[in-house]
Amino acid sequence: MHAFANPTRFLSLARPLTGWLGWAGAVLALVGIIAGLTLTPRDYLQGETVRIMYIHVPAAWLGMAGWGGIAAASVAELVWRHPLAAIAARATAVPGAVFAAICLASGSIWGRPTWGTWWEWDGRLTSMLVLFFLYIAYIALADASADRGGGARVAAIFGLVGAINLPIIHFSVLWWRTLHQGQSIGFTGSTIAPSILWPLPLTTIGFTLLFTAIILMRMRMLLANAKLEARQRRMGGAA
Amino acid sequence: MKAKNQRLVLTLAALGALVAAALLAMSALRNQASFFYSPADALRDHVRPGQAIRLGGMVEKGSLVREPDGVTIDFRVTDGAASVAARYTGIVPDLFREGSGVVAEGRFVAPGTFVADTILAKHDEKYMPPQIAGSMHETKSLKP
Repeated sequence: MHAFANPTRFLSLARPLTGWLGWAGAVLALVGIIAGLTLTPRDYLQGETVRIMYIHVPAAWLGMAGWGGIAAASVAELVWRHPLAAIAARATAVPGAVFAAICLASGSIWGRPTWGTWWEWDGRLTSMLVLFFLYIAYIALADASADRGGGARVAAIFGLVGAINLPIIHFSVLWWRTLHQGQSIGFTGSTIAPSILWPLPLTTIGFTLLFTAIILMRMRMLLANAKLEARQRRMGGAA
Repeated sequence: MKAKNQRLVLTLAALGALVAAALLAMSALRNQASFFYSPADALRDHVRPGQAIRLGGMVEKGSLVREPDGVTIDFRVTDGAASVAARYTGIVPDLFREGSGVVAEGRFVAPGTFVADTILAKHDEKYMPPQIAGSMHETKSLKP
């Protein structure tokens, strides 16, 4: 882990990786979306609206995985003071918030034709909205403490505390009666027919690679920013 | 103990306390955070007539009847253990059909009789193409 503590070594790996991950992810996601829109059958109950799944599920996964990443980076920041941890967490927040928002928006659009409502305050929908608000708060907090030149400790604590929402989102459909459906995909199998399911791994892996590429891009941007500010300070010039 | 290990132990302890607190809160919320009553719960809890609630379950097969006025429907909501007669006037979602999930917002007018203001359809986690679903899932819908 500390092998990449040196930003120079991290950058030499991140630079080529960004392009590869980005393009591979974009191609996979595109293939998955095209397959999901044209090749798969409709659902017996929902009809064509089932195709929203190919966007909604990856977005939900990445919205949650993003905060999982922030929490992991927060532990690395709090315990090991890893120099890249705070940067990784800050870089993850904005794309994570975007995917959480995509999940909420696509879910809302899906809910209208199937359930008959854009929004209801059930356990799953509410906890996912809370995740989106947590992202917004995290972005504000991390930016504010970075601007002050203060430690990333407060943001790391917030990132860790906020992670408690992840199991709540996951188990909301088990603990409480919800309007949202139960879990379709588990470790042991899926209740989605294979002919409908198969493009979903493509879009999920594709968007995940794309997400990783965006994070690497943003980490490089934050590192470059820090370098620039340090140089300006050294030159004693304008802030 | 090295400072690094001390921080690790502290972080893990804090995390453990946090998870325990959240689990306690969630188990306390267990009954309050549900989105709807099942028919059995509503009957067991003696929900007062007139009190606005959501009632959810399956639309019982063979219970869906359209009244002569063309916009009012009668059906029964069941959770397997109990069943409640419901009435609704208006347009229902496309997915509303016999044997499928429903969440009705409204109130009991008498014990065991529910009048809904809003009907939401709830579908389960099973997705399949129409060919596979076939006659197994052929159910009566309100669509012509």
